[in-house]
Amino acid sequence: MSEPAEVARPPSLVVADVAKSYGSLSVFSSVSLTVAAGEAVGIVGPNGAGKTTLLDLLTGTGRCDSGRVVLAGRDVTRLPPPSRARMGLGRTFQVPRPLGDLTVFENALVGAMRAAGLRGRAAYGAAYEALVLTGMAGQANRRAGSLRLLDRKRLELARALALRPRVLLLDEIAGGLSDPETEALIATIRDVNAAGTAIVWVEHVLRVLTAVVTRLVCLAGGQVIADGPASEVLASDAVRTAFLGGGVL
Amino acid sequence: MSAPLLEVADLDVYYGDFQALFAVSMSVLRGGATALVGANGAGKTTLLRTIAGAQPAASGGVRYDGSDITAAPPHRRIARGIALVPEGRKLFPSLTVEENIQVGAAAAASDAWPLDRIYGAFPMIARRRRQRAFTLSGGEQQAVAIARALASGPSLLLLDEISLGLAPLVVGELYETLAGLRSAGATLVIVEQDLRRAMDTCDHLVCLLEGRVALSAPVSGVSRDEVVAAYFGEGRS
Repeated sequence: MSEPAEVARPPSLVVADVAKSYGSLSVFSSVSLTVAAGEAVGIVGPNGAGKTTLLDLLTGTGRCDSGRVVLAGRDVTRLPPPSRARMGLGRTFQVPRPLGDLTVFENALVGAMRAAGLRGRAAYGAAYEALVLTGMAGQANRRAGSLRLLDRKRLELARALALRPRVLLLDEIAGGLSDPETEALIATIRDVNAAGTAIVWVEHVLRVLTAVVTRLVCLAGGQVIADGPASEVLASDAVRTAFLGGGVL
Repeated sequence: MSAPLLEVADLDVYYGDFQALFAVSMSVLRGGATALVGANGAGKTTLLRTIAGAQPAASGGVRYDGSDITAAPPHRRIARGIALVPEGRKLFPSLTVEENIQVGAAAAASDAWPLDRIYGAFPMIARRRRQRAFTLSGGEQQAVAIARALASGPSLLLLDEISLGLAPLVVGELYETLAGLRSAGATLVIVEQDLRRAMDTCDHLVCLLEGRVALSAPVSGVSRDEVVAAYFGEGRS
């Protein structure tokens, strides 16, 4: 067997045996998940499956009771959110709230300076690159408060990309758009992923999600109940039952 | 043949510039029961709230009992006989069970549901009538939320995820009560995550996907596979 002359990159993200409860309410007993370098993975699951909790544990907003979170080979389980951001973990929020009185460029710059800790030329460069990648460079000097929904979503992506993340967490970014706008957003997220950023994407709009990711992880009842190619996960009886109740089987 | 009690036509609804419903049309026959299913974020709650008048329509219309109510405020719709049981129950926690129910009667369309009839239909809350709402179990609170809606004497009852967070046994009891309401002539629109329960209870099914109607069919004429395909958006390019 010939050995290809390439250096294996560590996985972008490893979640190992993570458990989390809030008081007596157990959200996860043991969740494990590995995201390969540059991979795009979709997280799906019914209401209350623990998707938001998972995002919180990844960003450090919530603390794991046990288990580990490893970002690009480094254990970040005990690190607070700002440290994780500087180590390359970006995230978008479900309701984008740009700083409306600042320009589009200044908003991206806030991502580069505040979240990534970049200064001067490096910060300006990172902010501009993020705007180019998300198709927002042409509107760099526009007031962010005047943007329509699609461009607010793109700016939200740019703000997160300005810290040059290895892993980008997307939280419900797809809703509320017309069909052509949805296609435009899909193209933007594909570009982001193609540029080398791994994506972990929690999303209800499956059509949009599966237009970008090939792998789905389904959470239900605090467990990973399916993990694999999108078409197989969506066709599995366990997943259909989790979404639609016992009536599907 | 009975006329539709409710007709929703080409409804567009926005939150700011986030479009939640895209040209949604639906019609509900008098005495019928329609199940509204779909994934999270598909627009089910928005549709119920728009019918109840709690959310304005950007375009399209809502007709009820022969007249256009698109611009009517919620309290006028209640007085016409439309009642919403909101997701998450939204009781007044510091009021007693009976006070919560009386709030529902404030703009009543009819006195078809006096307190004694309500307590007859919901024995589980009759013995709690003097207790404050926050002291009740989840199932009891849900029963109070339905009772509060009934107190307005509705012809059309909109129920949003009444099973959420409740034990299966309690859900079974609530659905038995709904079956009783239906035989008494009420028209129902039910948002329900459990597809089997929805299809067992209703005669018509509407599946929303990304704010659009993906499927609308009589329950008797649709297979579970067709509903699942609509739910997951299979076949939509």
